[in-house]
Amino acid sequence: METAVEQTMTSRPDKPEPTKWKRAKKVFKGHPMAIAGLIGVTLFILTAIFAPLIAPQNPYDLAKLDILDGLLPPGSRLYDGTYSVMGTDALGRDILSGVMYGLRISLFVAFTAVLVGSSIGVLLGLLAALRGGWVETIIMRAVDLKISFPGILLALMLLAIFGTGVDKVIYALIIGAWASKARLVRAVALSEMKKEYIDAARLAGLSDFRIMTRFLLPNSISPVLVVLPMSISGAIGAEATLSFLGVGVPITEPSLGLLIANGNDYLLSGKWWISIFPGLVLVAMVLCINVVSDRLRDHSNPYLRAKD
Amino acid sequence: MLSFVLRRLGQSSVLVLIMSILVFVGMYVVSDPVAVLASDDFTEEDRIALASELGVDRPLIVQYFSFLSNVVRGDFGTSFVYNEPVLPLIVERLPATLEVAFLAIAIGLCIGVPLGIYSGLNRKKKTTKTISLLTTVGYSIPNFWQALLLILVFAVWLKVLPASGRGDTTTLFGIELSFFNLDGLRHMLLPAINLAIYKICMQTRLARSGTQEVMFQDYMTFARAKGIPRPRLIRRHLMRNILIPIVTITGLELGGLIAFSTVTETVFNWPGIGKLLLDSIHNADRPVVVAYLILIVMMFVVINFVVDVLYALLDPRIRYT
Repeated sequence: METAVEQTMTSRPDKPEPTKWKRAKKVFKGHPMAIAGLIGVTLFILTAIFAPLIAPQNPYDLAKLDILDGLLPPGSRLYDGTYSVMGTDALGRDILSGVMYGLRISLFVAFTAVLVGSSIGVLLGLLAALRGGWVETIIMRAVDLKISFPGILLALMLLAIFGTGVDKVIYALIIGAWASKARLVRAVALSEMKKEYIDAARLAGLSDFRIMTRFLLPNSISPVLVVLPMSISGAIGAEATLSFLGVGVPITEPSLGLLIANGNDYLLSGKWWISIFPGLVLVAMVLCINVVSDRLRDHSNPYLRAKD
Repeated sequence: MLSFVLRRLGQSSVLVLIMSILVFVGMYVVSDPVAVLASDDFTEEDRIALASELGVDRPLIVQYFSFLSNVVRGDFGTSFVYNEPVLPLIVERLPATLEVAFLAIAIGLCIGVPLGIYSGLNRKKKTTKTISLLTTVGYSIPNFWQALLLILVFAVWLKVLPASGRGDTTTLFGIELSFFNLDGLRHMLLPAINLAIYKICMQTRLARSGTQEVMFQDYMTFARAKGIPRPRLIRRHLMRNILIPIVTITGLELGGLIAFSTVTETVFNWPGIGKLLLDSIHNADRPVVVAYLILIVMMFVVINFVVDVLYALLDPRIRYT
């Protein structure tokens, strides 16, 4: 790959700057695994969005369920004549449909929590860098406190206090997501603060808020964007774990983790499909996100990029 | 060094104090213990009587200090469910958790470090690419689902290892241990593997990046130029230098391992402190949850502290002032 310097030297003056789309394509060019991951992630998100249209059955509609269809292995013919690709659970719910609807909840919870949590983290990190003094001390000590404690225990503790539910899980994951971003952004923002454009903005009499949002934020955000996919896959796993342990989402809104927990009781009697298929989908999704995330991280590392 | 130790001790006690306030406020104030304990047919007088019996009718600050002074004396209250003092309840389950954690660390180090060194030495080989892919997969499989797969394969299909429980134990110095007992070891294997898979992936990555870094150092080129045979080069020059980060991170991750044992112990029905925590959360057994959390915070503080001090002792370049 050409380095930035070579690029400006070889390009003619009238040649336009590469567009964002072209630069994005370059990140994935020559990395089939990462491209496969990207396609996988897109498919999972589309499935989640359009689940009500493409799922063979509505698993929430109890009138559609037939107890005679209960615990059928994958590929069985159901009472109404259709086939069940992934088998059914004890209530006769089609596992494939359950997985499609579960995907919606898993993705919704993880995306909401990570986006909100990261925004809070970025804001606090910028604030710490900009203000310094006691504001910085309080924010960064809080970050240390949060990071010294394993996320899963913190989430368990919060859910033990506040009770369970989709909203509570999102709060717990938000609290799990902010600290690392605050630390990351502060480190970058501190080095940005030393640059002249900040002094210029200060001299121009701009408010702290304006400097933070218009100058500091765009220049310090990229490392956070790189770790964002990893955070989302982590949040998907954390939500699944909490729901599996019975302190996550309620039974009326089953995420992938809860579907797996449902099948746990039948595992020992050899009815593996109830737990295994939702789990496979969960792992495939997390894996796709992680592969993309690894690629983004390698690309953002100038040392590795030079060796590409 | 002494001033560093003293300052760190000061910081640590502030940390424990803050956490104790958070846990206390969370467990005793946000959710009302009277509402949990009172049955439906309680009259208003009964509620007031219960509140004064529990001491929750006093001002918050008084409640906190009486809670704190009890904790300092080792009195974490009585479990609602087991009707026993909480501290012994936790302490008697601790060996089961630690046993599995140590076996998991041992498995992780024995498999992860050699794989990592191999990958670091042979960067271009196909095997290395496969190992790297496997570590990514290993990272991506949630702990609890791994546990289910292990049960399905080894307990349900192959029927070679038991799926749950602790099996027979041997009593050593008054502590029940599974290590010195064939049946106990068989029960311990699946939970330990479950916890170890993540460790293996992590150690492989650590050892690989360490090896890549060390191999390009001048002292390695010099050692090769001296004609030191490759096995000795790896053992004496490479291993020693990559071990420092591996040892520290393994130490720091001990806490994470014990945190994740809540999941593993629940799936494998292993009678350790993690399962106790989860059962207590489900049963709203507040004193146990509070005691567990405070003990865990203390443990973390101690681990971080010991690792920091050890780091300074292991690596003479680090000087704390």
